[in-house]
Parts: sequence; C-alpha cells; structure tokens
Amino acid sequence: MPLTQQDISREIAERSRAYTEAGQIQHHPARDYVPYRSSLLRHPKQPLVTVQDPEAVELSGPVFGRTDVTELDPDLTGQHPGEPLGERITVTGRVLDRDGRPVRGQLVEVWQANASGRYAHQRDRHPAPLDPNFTGIGRCLTDDEGGYRFTTIKPGAYPWRNHGNAWRPAHIHFSLFGNAFAQRLVTQMYFPGDPLFAYDPILQSVTDPAARNRLVAAYEHDLSVPEWSLGYRWDIVLDGPAATWIEEGH
Amino acid sequence: MLPTPSQTVGPFYGYALPFPQGGQIAPAGIALTGIAPAGPDARAITIHGHVHDGAGEPVPDALLEIWQPAPDGSRTGAPGSLRRDQTTGGYAGRDGVTFTGFGRVATDPDGSYAFQTLSPGGVPYLSVCVFARGLLHHLFTRIYLPLPGVDWESDPLLAGLDPDRRRTLIAEPVAERVYRFDVHLQGDKETVFLDFR
Repeated sequence: MPLTQQDISREIAERSRAYTEAGQIQHHPARDYVPYRSSLLRHPKQPLVTVQDPEAVELSGPVFGRTDVTELDPDLTGQHPGEPLGERITVTGRVLDRDGRPVRGQLVEVWQANASGRYAHQRDRHPAPLDPNFTGIGRCLTDDEGGYRFTTIKPGAYPWRNHGNAWRPAHIHFSLFGNAFAQRLVTQMYFPGDPLFAYDPILQSVTDPAARNRLVAAYEHDLSVPEWSLGYRWDIVLDGPAATWIEEGH
Repeated sequence: MLPTPSQTVGPFYGYALPFPQGGQIAPAGIALTGIAPAGPDARAITIHGHVHDGAGEPVPDALLEIWQPAPDGSRTGAPGSLRRDQTTGGYAGRDGVTFTGFGRVATDPDGSYAFQTLSPGGVPYLSVCVFARGLLHHLFTRIYLPLPGVDWESDPLLAGLDPDRRRTLIAEPVAERVYRFDVHLQGDKETVFLDFR
C-alpha cells in the first residue's frame, strides 16, 4: 500500500505528542524523523560525541570577501535578459549569534524554485514550466549590522514523492556561515500563512512549535515597495558552542 | 537568543552550492611546484572516499565541506574560495596562491568524492561538515591524517574513543600523499559524528 498523507499526518501527530510529553525543548529537528522517509537510512544511530576543546579547529571558520560575490548576486530577478515570472519580493533580515551580536561580512547563499514550483535542476521532473529568466541562486555578504537583502520572486509550492499527494510549502533555502565552522547552518525560510505547513514532514520535523515559527518570515508592509515588490523580514540566529558566543566576533 | 532550526539541504542544491575548484583547496601554483612557505608539507595531498547510507548504498547527493588550518597552523582562512569573474558573473576559479582553508565537494552518482589540500598545521585533522537530502541537520566529523610522529592518545577526541570507533576517523594511506576516508552515515561502520559544546 502506498503511503498516504493520512499515514504521514498520523506519524507527525505521534511525534508531536511524544515531544510534548518528553517536556524537553529541542530547537533543531531530530535526524531520525520517520515521517520524512529519506531520513531513515541517513542518520547516525550512535549518539554524537561531544567535543569541548577550546583548541578545536571548528571554533574558527572560513571567511569570504568581495572576491567571492558579485554585485548582481543578491538580485535573483536581474540575472537574465528578461524579467522572471511571478510575484516580486524582497527578503531581508539579520544574521546574529546566540548573544544577539551581528555576524559581519559572512556569506549568505540562497536557492529556490521558480514561481511555478520548478527548480532549474535536471533531476526536478515536476511538470511545471521552467523560466528562462530565473535560475534561483543568490549570494551576498552580511553588512556591519549582520544584514542581508535579496530581491527575488516568491517560489511556488511543489509536489515530491515522500508519500502520495505530498507537497512542499513554498520555501527559500538558506546557507549561512558564522564566525566559527561549528555555527554552520543550512535551513529553509517559509512564507506566513501557508496552508501546507501542517502536511509537510520536513517543516514538522521541527517538533517545537515556537522553533518552527522561527522558520517563517514575517510580511512587513513597510518593506514593500510601491508599484514594485512585497517585503518579508526574516532574522536568523546561528546556534553553536558557548565559546562562539562569548568571544567577540570579527 | 533562540537559534534558527536546521532544515535539510534537500536534493536540488546542486546548481547553487558546489563551485568550480571547490575541492582544490591546495593552491595549484604552490602545490605543483613545491615552492613552499611551509616547507615540503606544501605539496598537495589527495583525500578521497565514498559516502554510504545505512544499507551500505552510496549516497549520490551528499555535500561535504572541509575547513582546516593552513600548513603554518594559522586559522584565519582567507577569501577567494568562490572567486568570481567580474566580467561574466561566473566563476574565475581559485587564484592559485591563496590558501583559504575551505573546500566544498558534492558526491558523484556513485557516492564518491575527492579533494586536494595541504596538510593542516598544528593539528592532525581536517574538519568536515556533511549535508544530504534526508539529513535534517548537518553532521560534523573529522578526517585525521596518520602522519609520522602523531600520537592519537594525545588528541582529546581520539583518546576518549574505543579503537573500533576511533578507526572511523582516521584516513587510510593508499599511495604516497593519497588517503582514503569513507563516511558511513549509519550502520556497523558508522562514522563518529561530533557535537561542539
């Protein structure tokens, strides 16, 4: 019997209940989240080994600079001869550490589907149109306040094969570097009010409701530009060992 | 402040994250000639292997990132890993002289990966971060190099591990300056993964 949304929704509810009963806050998804079937064979079963070494290499990290980003990179709508189809949006926010200090001059990378819900990737077989004027890749360096800003179009929802009638809510993939490699984060930003949230095992893998909400951008009317684009704000807080949020970042 | 949760890198990062020469951490202009700010260790080493899932199958859509000190032990890194062509907006490739300490390689359809680098100074290991579809939160591990004179018992991480588990972190020499390091996400040979506190 192929898996149905009902099966997956039941599993999501079971994991949610178990999380509440355990009473211990978890900010990140468990790696063994059964409703997301691809996780089954791709998570370690042994506990992670804790490293508490002030000399660990992972307390430093890679740096990027103006050689690594071009001026066109933050505008995903401006990388082709024509305008892409879809709803033009601006996504902006700050990258902070757990002490609330800005992560300065670091690389932010984004990638996303087009307005029809199709990635410019040859293995994406969703029969939705590709857009010759949209690839869906952006990069920028954070400014002195940790700020980033992208102009893009709102990505579409798309089907996937986790189970029957599985659909991903619209999202933008983000890749972030902190001042230490141990602060590395890859995640996804969602749009407020998406009706697909409850059905999606990837978003629901974050079993803490407050943590899940931190993956959802806020629509902010003052960020919208008249006759031009809608504005969303999304701040990102990088996790990491205590040492990375006690020492002054660069 | 409360952290932003992790989410999987998914299956479609391939046109966004990998970059040309992502695995060429050793600056070509130094590694080929042996001209060396740091002596003979400035000759390149190659590290390669496979990423496997819990059924022993290759993982064709994993992404590995490497971070390490320079041969002189410095940990400041340098820009230029993703060096860009300001004319076309494409990639110009690394400049051949700067050691950035950072590399990024995606696995091939057979689960294999490879990169060239210089031996890290001051420590016998490189840090690795593993991303993949199906992995909701990245995994950190380390590649330890069995270099002459290295004493595993003096390493704070290795000293605390059972020999069987310790073995998963040590690269196997397969030829001169060539090492093999396989990553097992799950199973009997499961790699030791790390949590930094």
